[in-house]
Amino acid sequence: MSTAMQAQWQFPGGLHLDAHKLDAPIRDARLPTQLIVPVSQHIGQPAKVMVEIGQRVLGGQMLAAAEGYVSTPVHAATSGRVVAIEDRPVPHPSGLAATCVVIETDSLDEQVPADPADGFALDATDLRNRVRQAGVVGLGGAAFPSFIKLNPGSNVVETLVLNGAECEPYISCDQALMAAQPDAILQGARLLLHALGAQHCLFGVEDNKPEAIAALQAAADALGDERIRIVTVPTRYPQGGEKQLIQTLTGREVPSHGLPLDIGIVCHNPGTALAVWKAVMQGRALTQRVVTITGPGVAEPCNLRVHIGTPVSELLEQAGGLIDPDARLIMGGPMMGFALASAQVPIIKATNCILALRPEDLRPDTPAMPCIRCGACADVCPAGLLPQQLYWHAKAQEFDKTQDYKLFDCIECGCCAQVCPSHIPLVQYYRHAKTEIWADERARRKADVARQRHETRLARLEREEAEKKAAREAKKAALRARAEQQAAQEAQPGAAAQTDKPADDPVAAAIARAKAKGQAGKSESRPPADDESAS
Amino acid sequence: MNAPLSSPHLPVRPTVAGLMRRVLIAMIPGTAAMVICFGIGVLVNLLVALLAALATEAVLLRLRQRPLQPFITDWTAVLTAALFALALPPLAPWWLTALGAAIAIALGKQLYGGLGQNPFNPAMVGYVVVLISFPTELTYWTQQPVGIGASLQAQFGAAGPALLDGLTGATPLDALRSGLAQEQLVDEAIGGLAGRWGWAWINGGFLLGGLYLVVKRDISWRIPLAVLAGMGLTALLFWLIDSDRYASPWFHWSSGAAMLGAFFIATDPVSGATTPRGKLIFGAGIGVLVYVIRSWGGYPDGMAFAVLLMNLTVPLLDAHTQPRVYGR
Repeated sequence: MSTAMQAQWQFPGGLHLDAHKLDAPIRDARLPTQLIVPVSQHIGQPAKVMVEIGQRVLGGQMLAAAEGYVSTPVHAATSGRVVAIEDRPVPHPSGLAATCVVIETDSLDEQVPADPADGFALDATDLRNRVRQAGVVGLGGAAFPSFIKLNPGSNVVETLVLNGAECEPYISCDQALMAAQPDAILQGARLLLHALGAQHCLFGVEDNKPEAIAALQAAADALGDERIRIVTVPTRYPQGGEKQLIQTLTGREVPSHGLPLDIGIVCHNPGTALAVWKAVMQGRALTQRVVTITGPGVAEPCNLRVHIGTPVSELLEQAGGLIDPDARLIMGGPMMGFALASAQVPIIKATNCILALRPEDLRPDTPAMPCIRCGACADVCPAGLLPQQLYWHAKAQEFDKTQDYKLFDCIECGCCAQVCPSHIPLVQYYRHAKTEIWADERARRKADVARQRHETRLARLEREEAEKKAAREAKKAALRARAEQQAAQEAQPGAAAQTDKPADDPVAAAIARAKAKGQAGKSESRPPADDESAS
Repeated sequence: MNAPLSSPHLPVRPTVAGLMRRVLIAMIPGTAAMVICFGIGVLVNLLVALLAALATEAVLLRLRQRPLQPFITDWTAVLTAALFALALPPLAPWWLTALGAAIAIALGKQLYGGLGQNPFNPAMVGYVVVLISFPTELTYWTQQPVGIGASLQAQFGAAGPALLDGLTGATPLDALRSGLAQEQLVDEAIGGLAGRWGWAWINGGFLLGGLYLVVKRDISWRIPLAVLAGMGLTALLFWLIDSDRYASPWFHWSSGAAMLGAFFIATDPVSGATTPRGKLIFGAGIGVLVYVIRSWGGYPDGMAFAVLLMNLTVPLLDAHTQPRVYGR
């Protein structure tokens, strides 16, 4: 058996954190009594509800269909009856409620018939469609629709990066999955390579997961696919940041404000690779995922295969319950996760970990000391920023200066805040500054539109005034012409006798009037071409 | 702005007080060497400066209507006092020590807004004020350990000029300076000087403690390295040109406040440069300036002036030495 490669490069900065990783196999969570399935589980448009209250649904049945491009369907994880379609609290940093399909489950766990296919015989478009219809999104935490990342457009993808770093403390769902199902994950990787037309797959795993690395390497040896390489990367937070892992594996940097695709790389999570494999080869929608229930606040930390939509409270029970009722529940890891408002929110596709931290495990609520400019923050910043300068300017509300110091290159990993001897909540200042800048930009855009509209209106009014004036003058000119004509006739009695004749002819008079009117009216009714385009 | 609901959630281990304590601990070897070489006066200076600094800190915090806690126990005033006291000659009179420490805290730190706000190194502000105001007292260095009784007599004003003359003596930097001024060669000026090795031991002690801080990552390696390189390379250049009239890099590294300055004074985070390249330039500037002042300036040693002058450049250095951001 060959051994996994070592990464040759490293990213700057970063931290060594106590891992607190759980070395536990995955067990199946109990069938939930209730499923709460938010129709919006990631950025982009919410899916459109396809079921009605009272309807019985089967496991794998679509509850809401994709609407718009950045949108994926959501499915029922098990069979039951739809009891409500209403706003429920969802796991989101804002703590707000959003539309959910609520299902009382029966214990039958009936599933819709699977629709398997040979993914390697499908072309990239069909493959993507299957991935999309199965509701597959990135399972690393951001839950971005996977089919979009499988659509490189005109870009050439050289390398698929599988991100098995799992660098946040406490989280161990990927670790457990890689140890349990390495073959299926690697098959999923081959499907991803096929869909992307990529030549290489670099599978990065942090070196504190020897079992996962050994399992993957054995599976890779058995598979014998030269394109796939398992690479051991140093355990260093935030190694699992997409940009950081790409740097560690390839020595290359994703351009600021760019995508890995810009340098021919696409990055997926191993759980996503498995979900893609299941979606295509087994024809199964994404209705389950592995979630780590852990932390000093729970009695029996565990890795559970969970039905998406299961309320967090049901999983806590299966982890032996909370030891401390005051424990804070965090979705995600301790460095970048967010606090849950209650245990009634459901597990969504993005949920990799439910972490229960007792008050004594948390950052104490003591006031920060002044910054002593020690620069420890800059030493650990993986983005190469100067967190201290960002802090000064954010605090002083000098938001343009924060952009001079590249605020938007901050990935909010929290390393700076974790080493600050003055305990300044640095990331909060950056989030605040970003929000303010976004609000400013929105306001400015709005003002721009309003100003443009106002200017267009003024221009239109001016033009209309000018046209009216022109019409009036044309009319005046026509009248003057007629008056002159009449005067000329009166001056020449002989001629007048002649002209009297046609004056007696009502038809000829009408024609003359219409002609004069037509000339004046012409310019009035004709709208100038640019007016149409402006309005 | 402390809403502890947002990430990161973990407790933070390093503290300002802890950092300051470790720096103080790292000063023990060098301080011990000073006590061995000069006697109890060094400890008296430390004690007097400490009391004066803490008292001033408390009074100024009160006047500024700021809470005493956590500032009075953050150890920053203690560190300022210690750096100031260690820069003083061992027989400095107590009132001078107290005055300088009070000025360091009041003018150097609190009047700028307290912790984190001072543009200049407070200990060096205090030192420069007493150096300029009381030049005679600032020459009360000794060449061998002074007994407890004599030291206390000298420091608390009970010693006459005759006793003081008997106790005090030139430091190697003084000797070099006056020797060269009298057209002596370097070897003649400092050759057989008593206390020459004492200063080497003292600098060795501060080097040891400083390396400990570097290894523990409590201070950046960049500033000390740049100070010593700036000083050493400039010294090397002139020494190679004329070793009779310019002392060796080794002499400069092992004399005066070289190591104390490089590892403990120049690394004051508040008043120093913060970017990686900025730290290198800041340190190198201090090293070169120390050499320039020692060789051609009006004072035998130049650490305090060099640090304060480079403090002036920090805003400029920081603004123009931003590191390259990922992906740009």
